Amino acid sequence: MKRVVITGAGTINALAHDVPGTFAAFRDGRCGITDLDIRDKDRLSIQIGGQVHNWDPEAHFNRQQIVLYDKFTQFTLLAARQAVAQSGLDFDGRLGYDAGVVLGTAGGGVNTWDDNYRAVYEEGKNRVHPFVVPKLMNNAAASHLSMEYNLKGPSYTVATACASSNHAMGQAFHMIRSGMTRAMLTGGSESMLCFGGIKAWEGLRVMSKDACRPFSLTRNGMVQGEGAAVFVFEEYEMARARGAEILAEVIGFAMTSDASDIVMPLKQGGARAMAGAMRDARINPEDVGYINAHGTGTAANDKTECAAVADVFGPHADRLMISSTKSMHGHLIGGTGAVELLACIMALRDGVIAPTIGYEEPDPECALDIVPNVARDAAVEVCLSNAFAFGGLNAVLALRRV
Amino acid sequence: MSSSVQDKVVAIIAEQAVLDVADVKLDMSLDDLGIDSLGLVESIFAIEEAFDISVPFNANAPTQNDFDISSVSAMVRAVEGLLAQKVA
Repeated sequence: MKRVVITGAGTINALAHDVPGTFAAFRDGRCGITDLDIRDKDRLSIQIGGQVHNWDPEAHFNRQQIVLYDKFTQFTLLAARQAVAQSGLDFDGRLGYDAGVVLGTAGGGVNTWDDNYRAVYEEGKNRVHPFVVPKLMNNAAASHLSMEYNLKGPSYTVATACASSNHAMGQAFHMIRSGMTRAMLTGGSESMLCFGGIKAWEGLRVMSKDACRPFSLTRNGMVQGEGAAVFVFEEYEMARARGAEILAEVIGFAMTSDASDIVMPLKQGGARAMAGAMRDARINPEDVGYINAHGTGTAANDKTECAAVADVFGPHADRLMISSTKSMHGHLIGGTGAVELLACIMALRDGVIAPTIGYEEPDPECALDIVPNVARDAAVEVCLSNAFAFGGLNAVLALRRV
Repeated sequence: MSSSVQDKVVAIIAEQAVLDVADVKLDMSLDDLGIDSLGLVESIFAIEEAFDISVPFNANAPTQNDFDISSVSAMVRAVEGLLAQKVA
């Protein structure tokens, strides 16, 4: 089995349009959730989100590209540019045949669906732009990355709601570990902050109208976000041979299914995924210093996740740190695990634990060290990143400091 | 007005609980009726549609909303309250 390391990272999210800016926001415990700036906002009962502001696609793409790129593809391409540049990899030539791309997204081109439904239903038009289908399809971002970087190996998109990115990164990890490929672009993207995308979530009655406060007794729901994060995963010996800077090692991955309920999470499913990731990584619970929680700020998730951590880690649950950065960038749905992996990299490399902001009052059912409100300096060797999706699909990654 | 509000609410709850209208008693709780959190969210949606009202309800804290869901009769009263506000 090959060892797998991360040699490049890129992102755009509500906190910043790059990784250094996102790390700075994590360190400062800054909140990127603001009033939404979208069409027909006055007809929404939810008025806030982790929206990417000052986004100017024309600064990054030409007109011919923009007609083909939904916002979720634009976000992906921008994040990938940063990641590939940092890695220093060149996929032209033979490496391109041994490299691919696996991305997560729950909704794909939601803005494109929204705009074109408007055109035909609301405005009564009988014609849409010829590229609507290639723009909105869930694999559009993965395909454009393959074209942009000459990635000719396995490429596809994973859609497992809020666990999409973690499932995608786990698959990329498996491919390199098994020797199927030598390098992968992986991560995820979501751009659901449009009228239809928010209206659908309103229906579930689990959204907060004021803030995302994971693990706080005063929490009142989740807040949607948007953006992307993309990473370069590559085989360790290749990275070492070319003297690449290694951000972290991916050491384990596990996925489980609750097989229980379409929205309510089951403690055992999440617990089995965390235990499975540790078993896969051949580490003990005591080795884990930090968990990036799924931590949505809903009653259902937070209580279940904390109970699962307590079950899996026993007495060590009180010694490890666990935080939810969704409090800062919102819930990026299919892209969330990718942006949250950045908090794991920051913990391992910089020794800084991103806080759970918005924390007001302890919840006895979430009695863990959730790193409230202020970032913390702490040396961490191993961390986990949790993602638990609607539909009971759980995916947990384990990372180690290199 | 009042009895028709009650009839409509009971009918919505009966449909969600898969019970005959006659088997839904006013003192019953959602637990008694076997309605879970998803069923409750769906019932509230049906109530909003039937009466053209907005029900203040966050599923994260079902018992802490202004809308009392402790029993069928409580929900009927809560709907009547919202209808009165709508008129006023």
